[in-house]
Amino acid sequence: MEDVTSPVPSPELLQDLVGVSGRRKIKNLVMTALMVASVLVITVVLAFVLFTVISKGWGIVHTKFPHWFTDDIPPTARRVGPGMKAAIVGTIVTTMTATAIAVPLGIAGAVYLNEYGKLNPFARLLRFLTGVMAGVPSIVMGLFIYVFWVLPRQQEGLTGLAGAFALACLMLPIVVRATEEMLRLVPQNLRDASYALGGTRSRTTLTVVIPKASAGIISGCLLAVARAAGETAPLIFTVSVGAGAVRNTNWNVFSGPNTALSLQIYSNAKETVASAQDRGWGAALTLIALAFLFTIVARVLSARLSKKTQ
Amino acid sequence: MALTITDLKSKRQIADKTFRVAVLLGGTMILVILGVIAYTITNRSTDAFRVAGFKFFTGQTFVPNGSPPVLGVLKYIFGTALTSLIGIVIAVPISLGLALVTTQIAPPWLKRPLVAVTDLVAVVPSVVFGLWGVIYLAPKITTLYKHVSDLFDGVPVLGSVFAKVGSGRSFMTAGLILAVMVTPIITSIAREVIETCPQTDRDGALALGATRWEMITGAVMPHSVGGIVGAVMLGLGRAMGETIAAALVIGSSAAITANVFSSGDSLPAVIALQWGEANATAKSALIAMGLTLFVMTLVVNFAATAIVTRSTRRMQGGS
Repeated sequence: MEDVTSPVPSPELLQDLVGVSGRRKIKNLVMTALMVASVLVITVVLAFVLFTVISKGWGIVHTKFPHWFTDDIPPTARRVGPGMKAAIVGTIVTTMTATAIAVPLGIAGAVYLNEYGKLNPFARLLRFLTGVMAGVPSIVMGLFIYVFWVLPRQQEGLTGLAGAFALACLMLPIVVRATEEMLRLVPQNLRDASYALGGTRSRTTLTVVIPKASAGIISGCLLAVARAAGETAPLIFTVSVGAGAVRNTNWNVFSGPNTALSLQIYSNAKETVASAQDRGWGAALTLIALAFLFTIVARVLSARLSKKTQ
Repeated sequence: MALTITDLKSKRQIADKTFRVAVLLGGTMILVILGVIAYTITNRSTDAFRVAGFKFFTGQTFVPNGSPPVLGVLKYIFGTALTSLIGIVIAVPISLGLALVTTQIAPPWLKRPLVAVTDLVAVVPSVVFGLWGVIYLAPKITTLYKHVSDLFDGVPVLGSVFAKVGSGRSFMTAGLILAVMVTPIITSIAREVIETCPQTDRDGALALGATRWEMITGAVMPHSVGGIVGAVMLGLGRAMGETIAAALVIGSSAAITANVFSSGDSLPAVIALQWGEANATAKSALIAMGLTLFVMTLVVNFAATAIVTRSTRRMQGGS
């Protein structure tokens, strides 16, 4: 109130801006500006990272195309030029194997939680543990698979399969959560209709409930796949002796050490020579493209789903 | 005829039971895997704990290849705590801003793009942030660090927090990268929590003459604070366990110092970096560090889950 009396020009503006309500308006304005600034910060950071990766990675992916995708990784860090086939293949086979393990288990678990267990104590415990498992650091999953699977087999244990086990552990809680959420959205009267026609519970679940929720389930699984494909820490202990030491393509998940795009990014980021760093940027571009592809397909699927249910 | 019907029935019942058992097994896998994780990791850690005893947590020297090996990881625990703290302190205001803009300020057509941007940040793999941080960000950001350091030179407390600048690979850089990585996690949960705030509460505040900011602090925040605290704790859990980005930008030289511009080390970074050349004792020690990290994140996540569940229950109870 006291500020209103001070002699400054343009009384109308003052009334508006400096009075008690004016101070509140200014505070509102400043806070709104700060909140909008937070949006700008994250957008700029994302744009910055993407721009750097694309501008530094495009060169090596693009020169002598398609050698980036068809050549093995050069044997020494100093050798200039493309070749990332081993890592691309490694990422694809380990992630696919992990998906083949985690998705059926995760969907089965979610079906139990939503169709059978519901709110009984065991289902509640499992739901709680799913949350716990989602919070376990990925590096701990890697150590776990090392102790559990690799150590008893020594050198022979270091395979794509071991990496896939670690990634599957990481994906499992994500798949369970996403699937359960989708199953919960399926209307109860669909189930009742199936029971009325004499369908058993298993029949109803397999032929009515899961198909109805399929788009959402696939979308959730793809997000889990995108997450797993980008993980590095679980693979350090499970697919080869040194991170990124394998440079030759290995399609066989069950035997022989392997590598992955994330491992190549990690090992090349520690190099000081430009030739190696270039390959790191190229691998980063490839991995981001792969992860974005999965995410976009997942989004399109879930968008189509929400349109359908509306 | 009657025989075939009962036959059919029993066959269907068997199929039904088999299916039930199968899905039950799928669900139980979560319990089994968590149990096996806890057991195997603890089991493998015993060697390290036998060598070091309780000094494992209080000792400041870590020479696993020496004879006798010295295993003290306090410096790494400190590094984990400091970097995730920096990450959270930076990420929380940004995440809240993002969540509030998306739910309270942005026009409807802008909501989808805003959510998409936040989700895209989550899709970028952590190792890519690490690569960007170590090759691109760390060399450039030292100039900024030097300015900040000069600015607070001689100021009592802040002078030692923002002290001498090293290579750019530091607690601060690791904290910055972690902040970017946990922002989408905190934002998406905070957004969901804030969206459950009843429209009537918000309208009521506005009808009483509140500005939008007053509506947010008076109606939205009191309603959402529990859930937001939970979201922050989940983000903290994630920041503590994040390995690769931290391993690349933290600088790998263990230290306990208030100076955020100094190089350091954190539990997951040490595990990842020293694994390659670790002997049996060292591996046991690194696995024991994994166990330490596991327990730390478990505690944080338990607390987070409890807070979130309690606050959502209160919200559904109509408060």
